[in-house]
Amino acid sequence: MSSSPPSAAGRRKWSLSRREAIDGYIFIAPWIIGFLVFTLGPMLFSLYVSLCDWDMLNPPRFVGLDNYRQMFGHDFRFVKSLGVTMKYTAMSLPIGVITSLSIAVLLNQRVKGLTFFRAIFYLPAILPGVAVAMLWKWIFNPDSGIINLILAKFGIHGPQWLTSPEWAIPAFVIMSLWGAGAGMIIYLAGLQSVPTQLYEAAELDGAAAWGKFVNVTLPMISPTIFFNVVMGIIASFQVFVSAFVITGGAGSPAYSTLFYVLYLYQKAFQYFSMGYACAMAWILFLVILALTLVVFGTSKRWVYYEGERARG
Amino acid sequence: MSAAPAHGSLYASRRRSEARGRAVAYALLLAGTAVFLIPFAFMLSTSLKDKDQIFSRNIEWIPRRQVVVKVGKSEYPVYRTSGDKPLYLAMLERLPAGKLRLAVLGRERPDTLPYLPAQTQTLSEDSVAPVKTWGARWQNYTEALTPPNFRFLLYLRNTLLITFFALVGQVASCCLVAFGFARLRFPGRNALFIVLLSTMMLPAQVTMVPLFKIFVTLGWYDTFLPLTVPAFFATSGFFVFLLRQYFMSIPLEMDEAARIDGASTAQVFGRVILPQIKPAVATVAIFSFMGHWNDFLGPLIYLGNPDLRTLALGLYAFQGEHSVDVQLLMAAATVVMLPLLALFAAAQRYFIQGVVISGVKG
Repeated sequence: MSSSPPSAAGRRKWSLSRREAIDGYIFIAPWIIGFLVFTLGPMLFSLYVSLCDWDMLNPPRFVGLDNYRQMFGHDFRFVKSLGVTMKYTAMSLPIGVITSLSIAVLLNQRVKGLTFFRAIFYLPAILPGVAVAMLWKWIFNPDSGIINLILAKFGIHGPQWLTSPEWAIPAFVIMSLWGAGAGMIIYLAGLQSVPTQLYEAAELDGAAAWGKFVNVTLPMISPTIFFNVVMGIIASFQVFVSAFVITGGAGSPAYSTLFYVLYLYQKAFQYFSMGYACAMAWILFLVILALTLVVFGTSKRWVYYEGERARG
Repeated sequence: MSAAPAHGSLYASRRRSEARGRAVAYALLLAGTAVFLIPFAFMLSTSLKDKDQIFSRNIEWIPRRQVVVKVGKSEYPVYRTSGDKPLYLAMLERLPAGKLRLAVLGRERPDTLPYLPAQTQTLSEDSVAPVKTWGARWQNYTEALTPPNFRFLLYLRNTLLITFFALVGQVASCCLVAFGFARLRFPGRNALFIVLLSTMMLPAQVTMVPLFKIFVTLGWYDTFLPLTVPAFFATSGFFVFLLRQYFMSIPLEMDEAARIDGASTAQVFGRVILPQIKPAVATVAIFSFMGHWNDFLGPLIYLGNPDLRTLALGLYAFQGEHSVDVQLLMAAATVVMLPLLALFAAAQRYFIQGVVISGVKG
């Protein structure tokens, strides 16, 4: 009893979906333009510049892979900055994961005042990096900073912290722990989604608290840990504000806080070696990509996905 | 030996061990809270101290101030000798070898004097002690925030301008784009969305130099434009992703019902769908606010003119100029942190939500 012929209905449907597609492109147009102008275009330009010698005043001069050769062959500060960043990552990542996970586990014990504790632990993570760095520079003051004053109470003569090549990176690691709250919130959400039946089953099997943590909690939140590790690698390779503010952009003493991105900034905006800075940025991208892929690659061995197990 | 069922005792022991666990958790959490609050306490305490007190070698949480005697328009620090009935003295000058030249005030301590007593003494610094009183030095704040020190009002105005425009641009453009990806079908949608997600992996340093060149060529150096204009083009892949997750959670029938009533796509977006994801928009707005308020690298690169500095950049410059006046630095740092503390107190829920979504759904 249909009154309209099928071809007309089909045409209307076709025109409706064409209308929808046009609307779709209109809605995402801001991103398309932004992506082309502020991301893709600059990316290609940056890739080209990384093969050039360029001070931004004269036209870029093509030098092939010279910038990259220079980095790994002749620039001890580049190697140093890579080392500093890796040392920092290697120290801050595991300590950070353990700290934020421990706080989250404590908060997950059905404690009263959860909102209060959560607020205290998360608060430092949202504060302006400049103000935080200034505060910690003062906290680490060897003579009058609170850390060494407290250590002195226990009869310990505190180190020179930020002014000593050995203790500067540990100081940055301690400072980064003050921002452990963001990870803690993510872990807490992960912990709260672990089904209680699993704990009950483990109890029936006679598991103690530690056993439950190792056999139930850790596998169940391993995807969350995995996500945090990946984000942590990306973040720790991009430390800039704290190092810049604390050392006035110098990476002192003796280049011991010359974080990778700090050196990249110096190359670009203090030495005006724009080609070199771009080459460094691409190496940074590759390092982040490689580390992320490594974590992804090994994840099968230690990350437990409920859905996959059920399928298998 | 006991006749009680094993099940009951198991239950009781479980309750006991849970209670013990919670007590330990409380103790550790309180200890952790104390550790996390120490930096704040140290900052506040320093910001209210006298310059002499901040370099003390003892832990002194409570600010103490040097008592002074006013003589005409000058002020002299008051010292005292030891003993039950001390002699008060006004310190006139420091002499070599730890000696002080002091004017004798007498057994009573005056607050003001019309003229300086004629009788002076020279004593070693060890035999007298400065007279201190409890009291916060609130002037540190007024002193820190008064130009030419930390030009708070100017920096605040600049920061608010940048934050406002960038926030509006970011929220508006990200909502539009997220709606497009979540609720409209068009060829290439999934491929484009994967491109958007992969831009989140790209470190900002890769495009930093070319963007700088572009903005300088456009004559945008020393303007707020490089810090605000890109925000209007949904440059934050994370925000688009977050909003899209929310948009997708709304049943598609709602769009269809509205369309049958004759609503255009724009009307479906603005009147039907957008009002339902207000919490997500609030989350994005808060994170955008935080990002721009705290931003340092952008202003550092693009704003050379001291009159255009933001709070973050101004704070850094202030540190360079006043590195020894730690009490002023801490006062300024406290003031720059305060708006975020207030925002956090008012909207903690949205902060938490944003972090949780990034971690769990990501």
